[in-house]
This record gives sequence, structure tokens and C-alpha cells, in this order.
Amino acid sequence: MGIIKALKVSFDYIRYDEEENKEVSVLHAVKDVDMDIQEGQFIAVLGHNGSGKSTLAKHMNALLVPTGGTMWIDEMDTREDENLFRIRKKAGMVFQNPDNQIIASVVEEDVGFGPENLGVPTEQIWQRVDQALKATGMAAYRKHSPNRLSGGQKQRVAIAGVMAMHPKCIILDEPTAMLDPNGRKEVLEAVKELNRQEGITVILITHYMEEVVDADRVFVMDDGNLVLQGTPREIFSQVDTLKQLRLDVPQVTLLAHELGKKGVPGMEGILTIEELVEALCL
Amino acid sequence: MSITLEDAVYTYSKGTAYEITALDHVSLTIEQGEFVGVIGHTGSGKSTMVQLMNGLIRPTGGRVLYNGEDIWAEQYDRRKLRFSVGLVFQYPEHQLFETTVLADVCFGPKNQGLSPEECKHQAVKALEQVGLSEDCWEKSPFELSGGQKRKVAIAGVLAMNPSVMILDEPTAGLDPKGRDEILEQLSYLRKERGIAILLVSHSMEDVAEYVDRILVMNGGKKIFDDTPGNVFAHYKELEKMGLAAPQMTYILHALAEKGLPVDTGAITLEKARDTILEALENRDRRQG
Repeated sequence: MGIIKALKVSFDYIRYDEEENKEVSVLHAVKDVDMDIQEGQFIAVLGHNGSGKSTLAKHMNALLVPTGGTMWIDEMDTREDENLFRIRKKAGMVFQNPDNQIIASVVEEDVGFGPENLGVPTEQIWQRVDQALKATGMAAYRKHSPNRLSGGQKQRVAIAGVMAMHPKCIILDEPTAMLDPNGRKEVLEAVKELNRQEGITVILITHYMEEVVDADRVFVMDDGNLVLQGTPREIFSQVDTLKQLRLDVPQVTLLAHELGKKGVPGMEGILTIEELVEALCL
Repeated sequence: MSITLEDAVYTYSKGTAYEITALDHVSLTIEQGEFVGVIGHTGSGKSTMVQLMNGLIRPTGGRVLYNGEDIWAEQYDRRKLRFSVGLVFQYPEHQLFETTVLADVCFGPKNQGLSPEECKHQAVKALEQVGLSEDCWEKSPFELSGGQKRKVAIAGVLAMNPSVMILDEPTAGLDPKGRDEILEQLSYLRKERGIAILLVSHSMEDVAEYVDRILVMNGGKKIFDDTPGNVFAHYKELEKMGLAAPQMTYILHALAEKGLPVDTGAITLEKARDTILEALENRDRRQG
């Protein structure tokens, strides 16, 4: 069993009439999703707004528990209350808006907040804070006030905060949506570094197709269903299917696809600029 | 219609230890019907500039002119100015509050003092122009998807019949299709109503595809003010400012370096495809 395993996971948002306590409407946000994510993988999740990606992500650290099927995090069933605390230690989450995730007035204290809550001895907290700030490239800012940092820097502090809890797995829900190009690059590099150096399993939810190219596997959600999965190359060679799912492909892939339509050979499944250059110039 | 910044300066917390000059002697004019992109990294002065343009803040130096008149002159009706220069903030859907979509869009015209019938007329027109179908109008705005909510918020500004619309990151957090829909809708509005559009964006691809003029801000100064092709030719300098060029620019430069004679100024998908096809044909002809 992988670190995250879903078996027929479904989730319904149910609205109740407050006076009569009757169900008013039911929204099936996630429907019968099966997945098995291995430790150390870099997973990307794509899907249009309202496709169920965030709902599914919230199952990965038991913020939500399935209304049908079973979800295991590191072999622990998320529906068992006694597992909750251990699951949250294994799987940390980073959200879209950096301003909503920072609580302390000094960077190092913010990063230390997680391990402090876990009851880690003080000395070890500082070790963890050091290590997390180094891994995210924020060591130089440890004494700074978070409100003076850029969006990309704040987001890296948020990631360091999760890292300091020594999770096995980190789930990032559109961490770059509010950032400028530089901030986007910084955050993405920090995430990739965690995956490569620390071997942490990464689940990255994003609308930027370029961020997905280096992932081990890509999952595509639509209307609560897991509709496609495969390597980035397998996924992005389906340009027209993705368009129907309100998604996109990286611009270089799209350009290659357009060139292919005009009869240029060898244009299928191109993911990077280097590949395109090689295919055209040799 | 025209908006002019004349040597505009804005300093926050002037005279204190936290003094920061967010806008540093900027001059420019936005004319009727233009589609202008504003790019710059976080803290480059974009938002300060935008707030100066509809009179939310007063320049600490220089002047802001609307149709040639100083908007900070005594007697100037700034309330009216704010109806003409519509500002759509980041994540505008957080500002929706009414019980139905239609009521929310009516809020602006109601404040302009229009009669209920006129309000409704304006609101309906705006909702149609942003492409929201009639079955949404009586729904609560909170039942809609992210992209739809954003359209409601844009309609709310549009209903006040502005001559200029300034949008701060209108596509942040939307899926690719939602992003294209909003940008297409803005292009359409500009054609249909002739309003000028100022688009603040972190997406170089969006800016390259849609606008005909780009302002690049850095450290409170205007660094470039030119067509997308000309601005992105400076991609190395843009990178130093924490920005980037659209992927097309990088692709074409990489091809040119390998000896394929493509036009590196082509920044849209179509133009990039055509210049590559042309270069390939020429090469094959020479070799064949």
C-alpha cells in the first residue's frame, strides 16, 4: 500500500434546511475515486474550478473524511478518530493565500509553531526550524517580520512551517496562484527540492500547466471523477481532450501540436523547449 | 476619454522611518479604447498607480488628469470620476454581498441615483455583456463557480457604464478556460463599448495574447511603455526585475540560437507557428 491510498472515495456536500433539519440539496464533489500514491513521488493534480480537486486534497490530511469508500494515509484509515492526530503529522497542507497561513510576528516563530504543538522538545524545535528554513531558502529571513516579505517568500515560510513538522507528505493547493513569476519560480523550486532532497511525497494542485511537466504522475479531475492519469507526456499528448476538460497544455506543447497539424513531423508529446529545439533543428 | 499621470509621485508614510516611495515620477496617458497591460513584480508600484487613476489616493507630487482636468482641483467631482473609471480589485468575488446576482449588479447604478427600472436595465445589459446566462440572475452569487462569481463582480462595475475599466489580476485562481473566457469578454467589451481597459497581470502569456500596449513597472518607475513585441524583446532585463517573457519568446530565442532563422518578436501562438513554418520551409528548400 502506498502512502496515500483511496478506494472508491466519494464525498457529498449536503445542505440542510436549518429549521426542519431536512436535506435541501446534495452535491457529489468526489465520486468513486481510486488512487495509490507511492512514497517519494511528485504528483500533480489538474482540473477546472469546481472539479473536486480541493475536496479530494482535503481528504489527504483528514480535513474531510469520505462519505463513501475509504482513504488511508500511511495505512491509517482517516475515518478512525484516534488516527487523526497522527495523520495530520504525516500529511501537511499549504493553501493558496499566503496571508491566511502565517500566525506569528517573526518568521522563525511561525515555523516553530507546528513542532511546538506536537510537543517536540525546545532544542529539537530549533533544529527543525533551522533545517526547514534552509531547505526552503529562507534562512536569511529568520528574524524578519512576515508582513514585510513578498508573496513568494511568505509562501516559502508556510512550506517551512509544514516541513518543520517532519511530514512524509505535503499537499499544496494552488500555492502559486497569487504570486508573480519570480515568486512562482521560488516556490516551485523549494517544493521540487523537498521532493528530491528530503524524499517528501508532494501533491501539487495547480492551474499552471508548466509546473506539471516534471511530475512523476498527473491526475486529472472532472466533475468529481478521476478521468485521466499518467505521466505528463501521456497526459499532455491529449491536447483536445484536455481542452474539453477546460484545461490547457504547456505553451510549448501547444505550439508543437499546432506545428504537427501543419505537417511538421515528430511533434507529439513535446514537453520542454529543449525537446522542441531538438526535434526541429536536427 | 483620457487619463494622464503627469510626473506623479506617491510616498507612503511620508516623514516617518517607514517612508516608501511607491510611485516615482511617472508620466503616461491612457486613451479611449486602448487595451493596456501593466506588469511588474509584487511591490513595484502597480496597485498604487491604479489607485491614483481613479482618485482613491492623492498623489504626493505631480498631477492626475481625467480628460485634461486635474482631478484634485477644488470643485472637481471625484465621486463622478469613480463611476467613469471602474476599478475591479483582486478577488472581487469576495466583495459580493447581495442576495441575488441581479441585485448585486444593481448596487452600483443604484448609488449613481438611477431609478429602479434604469438600474435593472443597466444590470441586465452588463450581465449579458459578461456572458452570464439568464438562469443565474436570480441565484445567490454564492451558489456560482469561481469564474462566474468573478464575472458577476465585473458586471457590477460595468453596470455603472464606465469609460475605463481597470482590473487587478482578474484571472488569478481561475482555470485555463475561465481565464480565456474573462479575457475574451474584456476584448469584446472594449470593441463593443469602446471602453479602455487596463489589465494588471502576472501572466505574461495573457498579456502577450491580448493587449496592444504594455507598461512595465519596477521600483515605482515606469521602465518600458511599448508594444508587447518590443517589450518582450528585452526579456533578459525583465528577468532581472523578477518578471519573465511569455514562453513563446523563450522558444523562439532557443530556436534562433540553434540557427533556425525565426522572427523572435512573434509572441502569440499563431505568429510563432507561422514564423517557424516559414523558417522550416526556407531551410528545406535550400537543402532540397
